[in-house]
Amino acid sequence: MLTVDNVTMRFGGLTAVNDASMQVKAGSITGLIGPNGAGKTTLFTIVSGFLKPTAGKVAFEGETITGVAAHRLAERGIGRTFQIVKPFAGLSVLENIVVGAFLRHPRRPDAERLAAAVAEKVGLGDRLDAPASSLTVAGRKRLELARALATEPRLLLLDEVLAGLNPSEVRDILPVIRSLRDDGITILMIEHVMQAVVSLCDEVFVLAQGAIIARGTPAEVVADQKVIEAYLGHGAAARLKGGEAADA
Amino acid sequence: MRTLRPYLPVLVLGVLLALAPLFVTSNVVLNFLVFTLTVALAAQGWNLLGGFGGQFSFGHAAFFGTGAYASAIWQMQLGFDAWTGFVAGTLAGALAGLVIGFLSFRAGLRGSYFALVTLAFAEVFRVLANSSEVTGGAAGLLLPLKIGAENLQFADRATFLGFVVALVIVVLLLVQWIRGSRFGAQLVALRENEEAARALGVDVLVVKLKAICLSGAITAAAGVLYLQYFLFIDSGIAYGTWISVEVLLAAIVGGLGTVLGPVVGALALHGVGELAKSLAGGLPGIDLAVYGAVLVVAVAFLPGGLVGIVRRRDRPRPVRDAAPVEGEA
Amino acid sequence: MYSADIIIEALLNGLLTGAIYALVALGLTLVYGVLHIINFAHGALLAAAMFAVLFVNQILGLDPYVQIPLLAVIFFGLGYGLQRLVIGPASHGRDENILLVTLGLSIIIENLLLAGFGSDTRSLNTDYSFAVFEVGPYLLGQARVFGAAGALATAALLWLFLSRSDTGKAIRAVAREKIGASLQGISVGHVYAVTFGLGCACLAVAACLLLPTFYVNPRIGSAYVLVAFTIVVLGGMGSIVGAMLGGLIIGVVESMSGLFLGESLGQIGIFLIFILALLFKPTGLFGAKA
Repeated sequence: MLTVDNVTMRFGGLTAVNDASMQVKAGSITGLIGPNGAGKTTLFTIVSGFLKPTAGKVAFEGETITGVAAHRLAERGIGRTFQIVKPFAGLSVLENIVVGAFLRHPRRPDAERLAAAVAEKVGLGDRLDAPASSLTVAGRKRLELARALATEPRLLLLDEVLAGLNPSEVRDILPVIRSLRDDGITILMIEHVMQAVVSLCDEVFVLAQGAIIARGTPAEVVADQKVIEAYLGHGAAARLKGGEAADA
Repeated sequence: MRTLRPYLPVLVLGVLLALAPLFVTSNVVLNFLVFTLTVALAAQGWNLLGGFGGQFSFGHAAFFGTGAYASAIWQMQLGFDAWTGFVAGTLAGALAGLVIGFLSFRAGLRGSYFALVTLAFAEVFRVLANSSEVTGGAAGLLLPLKIGAENLQFADRATFLGFVVALVIVVLLLVQWIRGSRFGAQLVALRENEEAARALGVDVLVVKLKAICLSGAITAAAGVLYLQYFLFIDSGIAYGTWISVEVLLAAIVGGLGTVLGPVVGALALHGVGELAKSLAGGLPGIDLAVYGAVLVVAVAFLPGGLVGIVRRRDRPRPVRDAAPVEGEA
Repeated sequence: MYSADIIIEALLNGLLTGAIYALVALGLTLVYGVLHIINFAHGALLAAAMFAVLFVNQILGLDPYVQIPLLAVIFFGLGYGLQRLVIGPASHGRDENILLVTLGLSIIIENLLLAGFGSDTRSLNTDYSFAVFEVGPYLLGQARVFGAAGALATAALLWLFLSRSDTGKAIRAVAREKIGASLQGISVGHVYAVTFGLGCACLAVAACLLLPTFYVNPRIGSAYVLVAFTIVVLGGMGSIVGAMLGGLIIGVVESMSGLFLGESLGQIGIFLIFILALLFKPTGLFGAKA
């Protein structure tokens, strides 16, 4: 559904993404993980059309979309959320979601109906008239998700929708994400909460220092020596193994 | 029925304004109303771009003047009639909006930079109008007196006021409609957060351009009204900073991004200005100094403008945008 | 066409005027560089300073140049108070609000000047107002030469102050990293107000240097504010060196477009440069990053 081929992004002397390639299968939930500063959000920014890569190609459903503007990609069916949530603070929850719903429903009654349904789905159904600025962190994450969903995407890019939530809030939102896939939406998610990655993702790519260093099922990736070292530092895998041996 | 309700306040205001000539015969008051509503109309143009779209222009004189000059030239140099001149002036305003908008928005100018570049455009227009032959140079243009409805010149002020009121109401209804439309929602969205709007499929450049064209057209229409009422313009009137400042003041004092705000703001502002003038005994500039003070006070203490005060009092009633109670208690 | 001599003379006079413009722009760019705000009242404050020079001259008979220390101190205090008591609190720290509040201030100042002094255009005649220096074949107004020298000296003093004094270092620290500086115990509110005061003091000096050759009326501020913005944008917002160079360029442009386009149309040169700079080079000719 989505293929990223050898994408490189440089900012001046800094290489944020270095020759990264990945694939997202239609109907899957694919995870993108990696330590802080690995370039995950930059890669997202490129895929969603907010940045043009220095080199490489991005294709969506077989068509090249490298450098296509963000709003065009939204029209084509790529929705995204932002890691740092960007609610339309001066508007009500419903009005926030309506903006997304207007993408495919030019008439207000239709857009409002869709927006209300989406709000219901993410658990904001009873807060429609509340100002977006009155929402809690968890509420804002839900709103971020709802707005993206209202554009009726086929591919949804989720940038750390679980970050900053407490465990019970995470537990509440996991089924929502799973239900999206059941509705036929393909999901690519950046996530730090490993418990969520393990429970949700079919396949995981690991980005470290701008390069993809591993891919596989969550279980495979978590056990991967390179991945452990990327997170915990050089030699960590060996030390962990040593620790296990000593425990045994 | 539900879909008509949002238009009710506009219609009530329209009826009130339309009845005014029946009770008021004083020329001073009629003059005040015509002039104030002309500014209110121009301010509604500013409000569409600045209030709804968040793009603060400091140079709406560029549109006001373009409307006035285009219509004057249309009538005087090209010999057409005043009604088509009205249309021509309005369209010229839209075109000016398109040009200024295309250049500035495509260059990514926002916030203070956009404000300053619009100011500079207005100044360029002013200098050009002041030194060009077709605009009458520094002497300005005097529209020949030809009283008659077909020339958009009315013998009595009350009739002209009726025309102005009708135009204001039409524009307010238009803005109310835009507010509920897809375009309106997208415009407000990009004001609140451009990146988020783009992610939701909003073509930010196109929406901004539509807004500045409409905004330019409305403000230009007010410029034509000014021309038809006073029958004289020069570069300092048509492209002067006074109108850029007045429209922004009226919209901000009345309530940014509200439908009634500009009208309420213009009436309040000019009311206070007249009061200050009569109290200060004709000291020059005192009304404008008061305007400046009102602007500072409005920014400091009235984020929702005058219309916002009324809204806030509405809160306890079960109105649609007043339900943030549940869940917080 | 004009002879080379006339053009060179216009060029020299443009440079001299440009140096004073640079001083006006210096205040604006300093405030922008530290507070990151656009002070729209800058022009009106300059007009106020020019009227102050006239007023003091009438009351005490002091030569404009002699007034420099007095007015610089007064305007420093005025600027400090404005930022501390009006602009800071009223704008709630929002960019657009600051622009609106300073616009409001400029309207108030302009019209109070109008109410107080009337709309007449005035000038201040000194012995050297119309005197000239003959440099080879060129005639240079003495007041312009003094003005340019004064402007450059003030800029140099400001530069020294910012780089050497403790307050100057605090200002630069706040400009670079506001939160970090406040963690170091620097009062950001105080530094902001001092910076604004310095910006106004620059205006007071500029006013003293301008008046012997330039006229003033209550509306003059709006002309200067655009000139100052043009210089600041051209030189790169916040850059002191940029403001100096930008000032010289604008002085020359004004002088040349006046020569070639005439008095009325000549004003257009600066506005066009301003628009072009904003549209195509918003980081300034010399600035690397916005």
